[in-house]
Amino acid sequence: MNSVFVYIEIEDGQVAEVSMELLTKGRALATELKVKLEAIAIGYKLDGIEKDIFPYGVDVLHIADDKRLAPYSTLPHTSIVVKLFQEEKPQIALMGASSVGRDLGPRVSSALHSGLTADCTSLVIGDHEDKKQNKEYTNLLYQIRPAFGGNIIATIINPDCRPQMATVREGVMKKEILDSKYKGTINKLDVSKYTSDVDFVVEMIERHMEKSKVNIKGAGIIVAGGYGVGSKENFNLLFELAEVLGGEVGASRAAVDSGYVGHDRQIGQTGTTVRPKLYIACGISGQIQHRAGMEESAQIIAINTDPEAPINSIADYVITGDVAEILPKMIKYYKANTK
Amino acid sequence: MKGYKIIVLAKQVPDTRNVGKDAMKADGTVNRAALPAIFNPEDLNALEQALRIKDQFPGTTITVLTMGPGRAAEIIREGLFRGADDGILLTDRAFAGSDTLATSYAIGQTLKKYGNFDIIIAGRQAIDGDTAQVGPQVAEKLGIPQITYAEEIQAIEKGKVTVKRRLERGVEVVKCPMPLVVTVNSSAPDCRARNAKLIMKYKHAKTISEMQEANDDYLHLYSDRPYLTIKEWTVQNIEVDMNELGLTGSPTKVKKVENVVLQSKGAKVITSSDEDMDQLMRELIENHTIG
Repeated sequence: MNSVFVYIEIEDGQVAEVSMELLTKGRALATELKVKLEAIAIGYKLDGIEKDIFPYGVDVLHIADDKRLAPYSTLPHTSIVVKLFQEEKPQIALMGASSVGRDLGPRVSSALHSGLTADCTSLVIGDHEDKKQNKEYTNLLYQIRPAFGGNIIATIINPDCRPQMATVREGVMKKEILDSKYKGTINKLDVSKYTSDVDFVVEMIERHMEKSKVNIKGAGIIVAGGYGVGSKENFNLLFELAEVLGGEVGASRAAVDSGYVGHDRQIGQTGTTVRPKLYIACGISGQIQHRAGMEESAQIIAINTDPEAPINSIADYVITGDVAEILPKMIKYYKANTK
Repeated sequence: MKGYKIIVLAKQVPDTRNVGKDAMKADGTVNRAALPAIFNPEDLNALEQALRIKDQFPGTTITVLTMGPGRAAEIIREGLFRGADDGILLTDRAFAGSDTLATSYAIGQTLKKYGNFDIIIAGRQAIDGDTAQVGPQVAEKLGIPQITYAEEIQAIEKGKVTVKRRLERGVEVVKCPMPLVVTVNSSAPDCRARNAKLIMKYKHAKTISEMQEANDDYLHLYSDRPYLTIKEWTVQNIEVDMNELGLTGSPTKVKKVENVVLQSKGAKVITSSDEDMDQLMRELIENHTIG
């Protein structure tokens, strides 16, 4: 039976977080479908990388190792993945919804004429009946994602084309080692057979990558602001409260798009997914894309001038009022009660 | 000075950023009529990059290509008002229901037919789907390289384009031979405003269908001023395999669409009074959520 495949993203010689999360999800899907989980790692100096990959339950790891394959570049990675998929014919292929996966995924899907669903928030196996054509499909991948500005949740399927491809953001799936001693096999690819010289026409002139300074994913307490915060200056109140509580500041897409804070703080379907013990949502209406990135928080406080804001429906505490009035009071009474 | 032939791929989208309460119909489907149709924001960033190339290389021509219903001609006019030279509206019922792959096939076939391009520039993604797929899929259909997540087209020399990319954790500068596809991030500079002279020049620019509907006194204009005719292409103008178009040509199918229904989990509703705030912070400290 055809395998489940995960494209392994490599950053500085390390397996990216999102890839480990996808391996965990891929293992669960492969087990349910009773097929193998395979992975493809493309880069340079990848010796020993299998030690970080097999424990997630990977049965076969394909490795393409060549100086010209790191850092990531569209054309050679596309050629390798396309050719390998043509040979192995996976039924499902997963990639991170990162700047790498979102560059590679559509290119591969276009070459293979397979369907690709971006930024999925849930992946499950299910059946489908096409009444018009009187056809039944079993064990399809349901690719579930919010759509249309978050007003709807769509379930997308690829009934006839393979592989069924999906990208998922970092933090959406949970990462979990299956068995630290899990043994898979390695298949080293002959890079010259999978690429040609024309794949290397794009030159890297400069590259500066830094570790993200903002760690909203690991924060226990998040004070997040939306468009309703009103200004960059008002966001300072969020930073003050976060500092007092020992937390981080997050933001909705609307706040990021308005320039109140940087992209690295964006929470939601197209940002980071977080699960803190306390999430304080300030002036956030709570569109589904935002909720998709924070609804598993242990406790949620929603502060909003609109008593009917959607965020209130998933909150533990609802405070109707002005952020500029409420946050200073929270700081004041936190300090008063911890002295 | 030698100019370049640039195609800007643009999409007219519902403004999903400002969704009002009437955006959903009672049956749970989206009420498109209630959402204003706008020029996809990142496609405007793309247009600006094209205009900057034209500033630097005056012989450059910019063609705005969009696929959509008849009214999408609005964004071609918008492009003309800001400095584009002409536009193509690709419109046909056969495209209805296209997913990103069927869309990129139609656009790819159009570009193959039209030919005549050095650089194709598009927004990274459209706000109604956020997929970021059509740019790379078109590049693959044309068999040319792509540079995604572009923030600035820095230079063009000796047949190569230098592009700065803005990624999650940093920047890259890459150099790529033409022809190529560039997709532009919202971190790139905003598009310049409409130009008053260009508004005067192009305000009557119309597609054939629009001219027929308008039936106004300006019809003589179109024979005198060919630049006022916006090209309107259907499947008749391009070579296509009909099985690759629309719903039939789309590998992805929408199985189910659910309206987002929220059920309150029974939140404690509190006021911003000093008593309530004091009580809230005490509770959170006592149950070890904070402190």
